[in-house]
Amino acid sequence: MASFEEIAAESQQRWEELTAGGQPWIRVGTALCGKAAGCDAVIASIEAALEQNGVAAQLSQVGCLGLCFAEPLVDVQLPGGPRVFYGNVTPDMAAEIVSNHVAGGSPLAHLALGYLAAGGPDEEVDSTLAGIPDLNQHPMRVLENRVALRNAGTIDPGDIHQYIAYGGYHALNRALTEMTPEEVLEDVKTSGLRGRGGAAFPTGVKWGFLAGSNAPQKYILCNCEEGDPGAFNDKAILESDPQTLVEGIILAGYATGTSHAYIFIRHGHDGPIDRARAAVVQAQEMGFLGENILGSDFSFHLEVALTGDSYVAGEESALMEAIEGKRAMPRYRPPFPAAVGLFGKPSNINNVKTLAYVPEIIAKGGEWFAGIGHDKSTGTVIICLTGDLKYTGMIEVPLGINLKDVLYQAAGGVPDGKALKFVQTGGPLGGVLGADNIDIVLDFDILRTAGAILGSGGVIAADEDNCVVDLTRALIAFCQYESCGKCFPCRMGMSHLLEVLERICRLEGVPEDLDLMRKVGQDMQAGSLCGHGQLGFNPVASALRYFGEEFETHILNRRCPTEVCSAPRFSPVSSRR
Amino acid sequence: MDGLKPRIADAMHRQSQPTVTVLSTLLAVQDELGFIPKQGIEEVAAFTSSTINEVWAVASFYPNFRFEPPCLHQVEVCWGASCHLVGAMPLIEAALQASGLETEGDTSDGRLTLRYNTCLGACSQAPVMAIDHHLIGRATPESAKARIAELLAEQNG
Repeated sequence: MASFEEIAAESQQRWEELTAGGQPWIRVGTALCGKAAGCDAVIASIEAALEQNGVAAQLSQVGCLGLCFAEPLVDVQLPGGPRVFYGNVTPDMAAEIVSNHVAGGSPLAHLALGYLAAGGPDEEVDSTLAGIPDLNQHPMRVLENRVALRNAGTIDPGDIHQYIAYGGYHALNRALTEMTPEEVLEDVKTSGLRGRGGAAFPTGVKWGFLAGSNAPQKYILCNCEEGDPGAFNDKAILESDPQTLVEGIILAGYATGTSHAYIFIRHGHDGPIDRARAAVVQAQEMGFLGENILGSDFSFHLEVALTGDSYVAGEESALMEAIEGKRAMPRYRPPFPAAVGLFGKPSNINNVKTLAYVPEIIAKGGEWFAGIGHDKSTGTVIICLTGDLKYTGMIEVPLGINLKDVLYQAAGGVPDGKALKFVQTGGPLGGVLGADNIDIVLDFDILRTAGAILGSGGVIAADEDNCVVDLTRALIAFCQYESCGKCFPCRMGMSHLLEVLERICRLEGVPEDLDLMRKVGQDMQAGSLCGHGQLGFNPVASALRYFGEEFETHILNRRCPTEVCSAPRFSPVSSRR
Repeated sequence: MDGLKPRIADAMHRQSQPTVTVLSTLLAVQDELGFIPKQGIEEVAAFTSSTINEVWAVASFYPNFRFEPPCLHQVEVCWGASCHLVGAMPLIEAALQASGLETEGDTSDGRLTLRYNTCLGACSQAPVMAIDHHLIGRATPESAKARIAELLAEQNG
């Protein structure tokens, strides 16, 4: 097995050949956003045009740069030059880009979205191009501070050497050669990192529970179930830079004295699944997974496990049931997973984003990470911007930034001259904020006080044409569909809430309905084993808090102010229950 | 159905991951056949040393399992919140109308299965639908109708 220094030298050499070796490099975004925008046809067109023009070029399928609104996104880098990006590329445009820019050497300034300075992982070469703006000045990138997404959209997610050339696995090497597990754990504690899956529990403290157990078999579980409509950042990390997650998981294993781990993904999301599986195999081949990693005493094994369609499978104890091959239903606690978890062994569950931060925390130190962010919300947050916004996509910003700036500066506000009415944050168990309440600092604790949660980072914007009662009904329809059915207050409560909301949307609600829903919500909160039932009333509670008047108009005046509720409605009922 | 037995056995044995469970084995069979036949439930039970009851419990819990042979084409329309706000409902209406269905399910000619999906994962391109697992972003009722009409009219498809 090669030493880390030998591996790193080879990666560096490959990188130099790739970027300065005489061939142009074309990168195409192929994450789920790129796929949905039609990147496959663009790739086919590029391949055909390369052949037609008789030019040789390196063509890579990269992940998501975050500018999803501009997908299909293609960038061309001539040897030694900057990356020039083209947005919303059609197959015809792709052919034009190949013949003029790739073969002819002249960037198409009138089509280009922007350029990014070339340069390897450690250098930032200043290069400017006439008529093409600096992509870093694009509203979606100005507020950004990329930590977990530092390589997303830049490196080929299928090539571990590119990750290493960009500084990858240096943290693991350093941890294994210079640090004790306790020091790694201490660094994560110092960083103040909190779970990015929704609960925002301090990661170092959680790891400490597992590290404190001397059981011979323990597990690290990485949760990429991500069934929240409006959130796709976990899948995007797997599709864009899976090795940063793999390295983070290995570091978690080292810090907690654990030898086995699982990455847990929903069946059907083939892109993220394939990238994760390939990343594990490559890390094994390099000797970063397996026995005696990099010549140390530390051995670690990582496996990809799939679940069927189930939102509750993302809940930590239901997740363990699903990995064991059972129905994804939550367990009674105590005992907590750190004591009795997967297959009855002590286990630690972290979200993809949480673990993806770890390599940079170990590389740069916990204090560096703690220096970013706001109060007890340290570091950055990855936000998925969807709905009625000019720029939809994914950005990574320091915590402490104002939500208003994210919506109006980064995402460019609401298109077509319309006004923002509300935003929905934190997934289906999160809440809504009215347009008057979005002047709020992104901080786990502040958002919770406002009745919304940051959750896994989904922010869905709705313009003035949308009805908050209708959205609440759709959210509860989702929660009802996804209730696993184990606790009857959740199973029956969700059905009951949906029935009432359907009635209000039909303009047949009665004044008692609001208190009835509150009562049902209390019972769900008190009588459910997991967050699905405990938080399931959140969408209704926050909608009532900020838009009580709109509910009353539906009930008392029998009128939907936006007329959305006169259109057909749709509330599928799962066959599961 | 006898022809299925070797395919089921092959799919179950081909699982390369170390952790083989009732769920992983069911997913392997569904990936191979597109559905779980009754025989598949029995085979999975034997393979995983479980009871038929235990296998059914898992298979009936996850809505992605189906128990009849799949239609020729799969159309999925997302109704998650991001898609809902920007036009999932008209898209679903159009898909139902074009396929002649009243709710999700199979067309009687066996050409098309329509399914509602809670999140196809490309929320930034909402509203999203998928045809035979290929994602289509910024879908419109018109484009959905046209694509479904093509699938239904296709000869020798």
